Amino acid sequence: MSTRTQNIKVLMFGWEFPPFNSGGLGVACQGLTRGLTRQGVEILFVLPKIHGALNEDYMRILSAESFNKKVGKITFKAVDSILKPYMSSKNYRLEITGLEAFMGEAKDIYGSDLFSEVRRYSAHAKNIALHEDYNVIHCHDWLTFPAGIVAKKMAELRGLKTSLITHVHATEFDRTGGIPNQYVYDIEKVGMHHADYIITVSEYTKNIVTKHYGIDPKKVHVVHNSIDFSENGTEEEFKIKKHYKTVLFLGRMTIQKGPDHFLWIAKRISELDDNVRFIMVGSGDMSRYIVEEAANMGIGDKVLFSDFLNGRDVDRAYRMADVYVMSSISEPFGITALEAMKNHTPVVISKQSGVSEILKNCLVADFWDVNLMADKILSVLYNPELRNQLLEEGLKEIRKFSWDRPANQCIEIYKRALAGC
Amino acid sequence: MVSVCFYFQVHQPYRLKKYSIFEIGNGGKYFDEEKNREILNKVSGKCYLPANNLILDLIHETDGRFKVAYSLTGIILEQFEEHRPDVLESFQRLVDTGCVELLDETYHHTLAALYSEKEFKEQVKLHRKKIRQLFGYKPKIFRNTELVYNNRIAYLAEQMGYAGVLAEGADYILGWRSPNFVYRAKMAKDIRLLLKNYRLSDDIAFRFSQRGWEGWPLTADKFAAWVNAVNGNGNVVNLFMDYETIGEHQWEDTGIFEFLRYLPREILRNPDNDFKTPSEVVEAYEPVAEIDMRQVVSWADIERDLSAWLGNQMQRTSISKLYELEDKIEKTGDQKLIDDWRRLQTTDHFYYMCTKWFNDGDVHKYFNAYDRPHDSFIAFTNVLTDLRMRLNEKSMSA
Repeated sequence: MSTRTQNIKVLMFGWEFPPFNSGGLGVACQGLTRGLTRQGVEILFVLPKIHGALNEDYMRILSAESFNKKVGKITFKAVDSILKPYMSSKNYRLEITGLEAFMGEAKDIYGSDLFSEVRRYSAHAKNIALHEDYNVIHCHDWLTFPAGIVAKKMAELRGLKTSLITHVHATEFDRTGGIPNQYVYDIEKVGMHHADYIITVSEYTKNIVTKHYGIDPKKVHVVHNSIDFSENGTEEEFKIKKHYKTVLFLGRMTIQKGPDHFLWIAKRISELDDNVRFIMVGSGDMSRYIVEEAANMGIGDKVLFSDFLNGRDVDRAYRMADVYVMSSISEPFGITALEAMKNHTPVVISKQSGVSEILKNCLVADFWDVNLMADKILSVLYNPELRNQLLEEGLKEIRKFSWDRPANQCIEIYKRALAGC
Repeated sequence: MVSVCFYFQVHQPYRLKKYSIFEIGNGGKYFDEEKNREILNKVSGKCYLPANNLILDLIHETDGRFKVAYSLTGIILEQFEEHRPDVLESFQRLVDTGCVELLDETYHHTLAALYSEKEFKEQVKLHRKKIRQLFGYKPKIFRNTELVYNNRIAYLAEQMGYAGVLAEGADYILGWRSPNFVYRAKMAKDIRLLLKNYRLSDDIAFRFSQRGWEGWPLTADKFAAWVNAVNGNGNVVNLFMDYETIGEHQWEDTGIFEFLRYLPREILRNPDNDFKTPSEVVEAYEPVAEIDMRQVVSWADIERDLSAWLGNQMQRTSISKLYELEDKIEKTGDQKLIDDWRRLQTTDHFYYMCTKWFNDGDVHKYFNAYDRPHDSFIAFTNVLTDLRMRLNEKSMSA
């Protein structure tokens, strides 16, 4: 007997949500939950309370209580925590120190490191799992995996029939450039093994999950991310485009995103063409290094930097660019490529990405193949036919994107879970 | 006979805004007017006005035996004219006493001498013109930005008609020789070289308020005794420093004003001592030897070289890309464009990009994506991109 969508009640564990997001994960959670609720799925979304005001990544400040409000079919539950998805444990210690400095908060509120924070988050999860009503547990990436496992145990104690779904948006192998932190890896692995179903955002990530985590491929379902297309009608003119060709990098300045590869590509292009400017948007632990390196490579006057941008300014940055380049060394999906296309900017993307599996109207190269990357970028800049093709066909393609598709794929998995197969 | 020769540097840059990528193409408005005015007002209140008043009093008290020299950059004079005419008048009153000498330098406080001698001469001419316009005065002595000096600077200064030039009395140039004499300069015919006595200058400029320093607290009679000790083995003690030392770098509560108030009478208590301005020193004392400075020396940091402005690649890229534009910029004849270009040459912009003292373990690294030196470089690069675009437009329409 098949379950009706209206009867699906998802207890969902996430750790960031726009505007308190520092990357694509929050955007994906927002898109997916919107898609799911459009189909009538009821979601209880558990979120650590982010102290957004303290982090410059967060431009807008929302009061915490708004998370406890019921917004349509999604109920937000705030759990006190300063978890951020892209923090290493070293950075986390700094964050705690900083919070004290700014707020005079006591250290024992937050626990002494990232991992005790994970335990604290799961303790809250336990409480929520004991009291709320749900029949599917869906958790996003490793920090919430222990919460998912503990929630399922609580459900069993209550005699509730549930399934645990772990959704892999990124693995430790992606984030660290292949040198994983053992503790994080262990949590990921335990989470995946406890899961009844695993969702990965790409075939690329499915391969990593089966290859590095010893998971049966049959248990892994690929659900590609998407984007809800909407025409944003800004017709702002960017004068810089009249003078120069512009190439954009937009992402965290961390090893995963390959900002150093982008610089090498920029250097190569500059050798061939003096009239290209490179815009790098984002911040991260490599920011300072990258700025200095641009100068060291002799292209210091050609690379223009901006701190992390939010909201409308992200769209402006895409529109300022003649081409968007995703130079990631390992990108599970890469939603920015879709955002760029939505903003009428053609994309050249790393082959080591999930989005390259589904996009037709883009150019692809290995992230390490600097010469080929440079060639393809120059082709987009100077070959009007190619450019128009990518723009027009790309726009047609991107218009068809919607979060309804991944939402429906998730619902199929929920239904199978509820049917117990 | 020992002559004490005070020279104060008076300068404030036009600081840049944090110019974002979205402002590129807006064409102009590079400078943070509000912040620059704020700082000018603050320093005027803490230093320029009270220090000028004190020095005017001291000149009257000593019947003109106390004398000082100033070098005011063209861009601080502009800022006075626009926002603080009262401070400008106060300097004019000082110059009117006849006991205050003004020196010439680059109008925009730049390192042009190292990049374009043509531009350098142009900027010195502009400064000369400004000083004549505001003070009715023609300087006889030249001092280059940040005391940046080598043989070539002496040669250029002599060509431009100056009788003397100031430089840092750096140990690695002087060796066993003393800064307390007048010297000739290698490669120049007759121009005289005045060397900063950095020990005594820095006792006031840097160590005055350091409680851990053995000389603390520095009193006027103690300092006068150190000057007296030069008697018999030197002619002149050159005390060169930023004017902001008085009241801004050393705050009023350190006692810096009291120190200065009593210093002239303590120095003059010894009948063998007097105060002389740089041009009087050049007149009074014959040079004892020739100094050969091939490498570039400055008064900055312990290195006394160019590393404060040109120590890393961010700094070198910025400055060389800026000077690359010289010919094209001049050809446009567009005064606004030329002015902006020159204001960008001010050494302070490159000083802000200095990473010499940067501690890599700094916690701030995490909170700010880019720390100050990198931010300065980013803003500068964005501005430079905008400037180039304006230049392109001019060249295209021409």
